[in-house]
Amino acid sequence: MKTFSELNFPGRLIAVEGLDGSGKSTQIYLLKRWLEAEGIKVYFSEWNSSELVKKATSKGKKRELLTPTTFSLIHATDFADRYERHLLPLLRAGYVVLCDRYVFTAFARDVVRGCPPEWVRGNYNFAAQPDLTIFFKADLEVSLSRILEGRPKLKFFEAGMDLGLSKDPYESFRIFQGHILEQYMAMSGEFDFVVMDANLHVEKQQVLVRKLVSERIELKKFKRRSPLPLPPPAPAEDRVEAADTEEDSAA
Amino acid sequence: MNTDSEPTNKCRKFYGHGIPGVRLEELTGRLIVVEGADGSGRSTQIARLVDSLETGGHPTVQVGLKRSTLVSSELEKAQEGNILSRTTLSLFYATDFADQLENIILPALKAGFIVLADRYIYTLMARDMVRGMDEAWLKNLYGIALEPDAVFYLSVEPQELVQRNLAKSATLDYWESGMDLGLSRDMFDSFVKYQTAIQAVFHSLQKTYGFNVVDANRSMDSVTKELRKKIAALLGET
Repeated sequence: MKTFSELNFPGRLIAVEGLDGSGKSTQIYLLKRWLEAEGIKVYFSEWNSSELVKKATSKGKKRELLTPTTFSLIHATDFADRYERHLLPLLRAGYVVLCDRYVFTAFARDVVRGCPPEWVRGNYNFAAQPDLTIFFKADLEVSLSRILEGRPKLKFFEAGMDLGLSKDPYESFRIFQGHILEQYMAMSGEFDFVVMDANLHVEKQQVLVRKLVSERIELKKFKRRSPLPLPPPAPAEDRVEAADTEEDSAA
Repeated sequence: MNTDSEPTNKCRKFYGHGIPGVRLEELTGRLIVVEGADGSGRSTQIARLVDSLETGGHPTVQVGLKRSTLVSSELEKAQEGNILSRTTLSLFYATDFADQLENIILPALKAGFIVLADRYIYTLMARDMVRGMDEAWLKNLYGIALEPDAVFYLSVEPQELVQRNLAKSATLDYWESGMDLGLSRDMFDSFVKYQTAIQAVFHSLQKTYGFNVVDANRSMDSVTKELRKKIAALLGET
């Protein structure tokens, strides 16, 4: 699996992975805010968010129509849609793309659901490797308590209830998340995960994340040259304002 | 206990990894696939086969592309707008196929039914291959599919297909003409070029998957006769 940088894309992709409740979404959100403030061309994409596919997915989940195979395929469809219509063009245009979950979520989750690993990986082999993958590793109990405190009612698939691990959703969730964590750890070396201690204080983690990103990615190369959307030709009296924004291109 | 009344099927296979947890020997029904372009007479032939099979005491179930509970309406909508890129469309169709495979085909075969599939993975693969998708990727994806007991490919010359489609609806379908490929702005030309390309892929797939190629340039009745004869042989009724 080659990275976008190795494939000579002008843009870079950063992915965060981790269990539900590992705090990865908060971290990538704060990373996005920082990059935006720095004037970087940045785009954020979330797992299972393609408008087109989402309706089918939520119908399948609500009515519990999904099997491990269709669960895997419908998420692959969602990913492909975002990958081909958003991620690739943006990476061609020199964006820093932030992904809250990437193919590794499928590699871990679908395999725990019983899909053959080679089949799952094969289906996703159109996707390149992120230039940086940060894995947020919290103690299982920490992740569980974060989720269970915030949303006491667990969803059917989220708790892995389709696997029949336990009749009790909480117990099922614990076992399911434990298996997923094992899968993640097993692929950590292969896909070059940077493991972040997600038991640390939120702000401390963000300091580490920003440091890591600036070490691994030459951020100044991704600054926006012109303000967006490109302004229409300015009438004479607006010229002064237009001149202000030109600073951006100096960077 | 293997008597005539409780047959088991020992030569069932998936093409690849298959569906986890399925006991192949329990799938005692028959899976019969009819492939062919729009206008090849597929639907008519399937209706006639259902008729003769049911008259002969065989329970049947029918499946086809874009008929799943899970994604058919979403897939339909997405195609209308022509906004899906090729990998996405391909995976969407695979989801539709998997849903029917697990919820209709496998349970029906387990119950001893004859499943008639109006198209199967071959059309899906051919469409994608014409669009430049990787064959190895498709083979892995459709490794979930069960090997049918028989595949009948109704082969009709593209020029004849055009005539039949126009006679039926006075227009050519956007997708069946491969208009998304930009082969020609002229729909007639595009249809002929696209169907010719699809047929070439089918002939290459035939070598791997061993279809029965049925000359469907002939009359409906003579095609029906040939299909009935071959299916009777498959069911050991000759």
